[in-house]
Amino acid sequence: MNLSLFTSILSITIRAGTSLLYATIGEIYTERAGILNLGVEGMMMVGAVSAFAVAYHTDSLVLAVIVALLAGALLASVHAFLSISLRANQVVSGLTLTLFGTGLASFLGQRLGPGGTRLVGLVGPSLGRFPIPLLSDLPIVGSALFNQDLLSYGVYAIVPLAWWYLYKTRPGLYMRSVGENPQTADAMGIRVGAVRYLYTAVGGALAGLGGAHLSLAYTKGWTENITGGRGWIAVALVIFAMWDPLRAVIGAALFGGINAVQFRMQAAGTTIPAALLNMLPYIATIVVLVVITWWETLRKRIGAPGALGLPYAREEKG
Amino acid sequence: MRIVFEKRKHVSRAVRVMVPVLSLVFALVFGAVLLLMSGVDPFVAYAAMMDGAFGDIHSVSETMVKAIPLMLTGLGVAIAFRMVFWNIGAEGQLAMGGLVATGVSLYASDLLPSWSVLPAAIVLGMVAGAVWAAIPALLRAYLQVNETITTLMMNYIAILLVSHMYHGPWRDPGGYGFPGTAKFPEMAWLPRIYGRAHAGLFFAVIAAAILWFVLQRTKWGFELRITGQNPKAARYIGINIPRLIVTAMLLSGALCGLAGVCEVTGVMRRLQQGLTVGYGYTAIIVAWMSQLNPWGVLLVAFLLAGLLVGGDQIQMAMGLPAAMGLVLQGALLFPMLGGSLFAEYRLRIVRPEPQTAGSPPQPIAKESES
Repeated sequence: MNLSLFTSILSITIRAGTSLLYATIGEIYTERAGILNLGVEGMMMVGAVSAFAVAYHTDSLVLAVIVALLAGALLASVHAFLSISLRANQVVSGLTLTLFGTGLASFLGQRLGPGGTRLVGLVGPSLGRFPIPLLSDLPIVGSALFNQDLLSYGVYAIVPLAWWYLYKTRPGLYMRSVGENPQTADAMGIRVGAVRYLYTAVGGALAGLGGAHLSLAYTKGWTENITGGRGWIAVALVIFAMWDPLRAVIGAALFGGINAVQFRMQAAGTTIPAALLNMLPYIATIVVLVVITWWETLRKRIGAPGALGLPYAREEKG
Repeated sequence: MRIVFEKRKHVSRAVRVMVPVLSLVFALVFGAVLLLMSGVDPFVAYAAMMDGAFGDIHSVSETMVKAIPLMLTGLGVAIAFRMVFWNIGAEGQLAMGGLVATGVSLYASDLLPSWSVLPAAIVLGMVAGAVWAAIPALLRAYLQVNETITTLMMNYIAILLVSHMYHGPWRDPGGYGFPGTAKFPEMAWLPRIYGRAHAGLFFAVIAAAILWFVLQRTKWGFELRITGQNPKAARYIGINIPRLIVTAMLLSGALCGLAGVCEVTGVMRRLQQGLTVGYGYTAIIVAWMSQLNPWGVLLVAFLLAGLLVGGDQIQMAMGLPAAMGLVLQGALLFPMLGGSLFAEYRLRIVRPEPQTAGSPPQPIAKESES
């Protein structure tokens, strides 16, 4: 492999992996607090459509990103209300959120254009590349790592920050304890419900941000089914990463990298069918999951929050 | 002052009935707001949806076309949910059923006597769905691998495989480059009842009847129910849970596979884009709303199919997004999900008791892990 090919694959990997990482880290936080939200795909969709619509009408990318964050958080709050306050089934509630979000985004996409027309095919303001002086001139990796859009740079900051917050701060400890053992957390005086609401909303906001990256930077516009299953991949990546923000990078790089390699291979006209290559990340996720689980039974538990997916009600003992 | 839930002594029947009704009202009001915002009279739009879905025999037959796969996958998913196995893989199992049925229809018609092609397609398609479901089932039963993710990943693999086959090796050479297989020979067509509504409806009704009997009247159905309600008790009374998981998923996958068989042999009569349009995901909602009751599945599937067809209808007639059907489904299920709590609990407002100084600390109950 020559070096310019490597650079270009690395560059596409980062661009394709950005939205995945935002959504994955969001879902890691949600699940760490003990809430399983399978609505990531729906929240990303709504994030994408709202970001693009706002950017198109106001020309403000900052406002677009803010609206996407809020839209994701708002949808996640519906899931939070149902699963925390009303103790509804989290799997069904999350799936409903995905269906609802996908439908709502598609509906809005056909209504939010100028004068109630479609958004599909419109060109709006987008996040351009923003080369960082000096660093982007580094050989080989420079133009891949430091000639990206601003939201991709955001990932460089959010990954270590998310890791630090989760493992090294008191609120991070509270988050983990609420997900591991809500009874004990409650006895320690942590407000279990409030913590779970907070991180479910944070997870939704990050999923919305991931969606915003898709419509503002990756595809630069709104198309039906813009996420193409990335929300589901994010859910799988959480397990792949064993609920650790740093390991999420490896997973996102794998998924993004396969996208990138395939991109190049199609250009080069290879004979390996794209579909088979596309299957690799999904097969890899199953294999990783099997290995983790097998390892987990050997070493007891290593990652999954103990009370993941279980509603918590103080007055009852299970 | 605090609001708490208090467990009811008896499950309230009135609430059970009221929840779906109020949920429907909520969904319709929510949809009406969306419609008003896009400058459409909601009454006109809803009337058009009703008319498009249930207005005449032709509309009903089109609703039935969408209801049949929802019924079969809904029944399949409901079996798995009975024992709290989260089979989110109905979509992939449906795809594999359709794929294998296509293979049989296209390539076995020269090898088999013509009367046996359709039965072979049905049986092998069901086997394919069952095999696809067996992989996550075996992983869960013997290695405790989380089935939510594996069934989901299997969906993507199946969908990519199906798309690969009709874009590549099985593409119709006489199709002018259009992605899709050649039309099946007539011996592989599933008979139609009216319009495009096909004999899959009978399969769904028969499956529901068998399932109802099996769940209510057999030891296997009893074991399934106990395992879902209380896995610990199930283990104590000697139920072989791994074997139960595998058998339940084989049946679940076979029904989802059958849905795929019916789609290719009854509706499209070839394999092309449009086999995997999300029936497998809507099936989860169907199973949930029907409270895992087989007859309920048939009814709910028909009603939700009506929403989908109605959505298509207002798109064609009024230029409104077809996604309206999906939005209404979501808006219908959210309050239903939340409302189910009120059948077992009631809300009570509690005023804080005056804190007594020096009250003993609460003992921390250590939960034993299962």
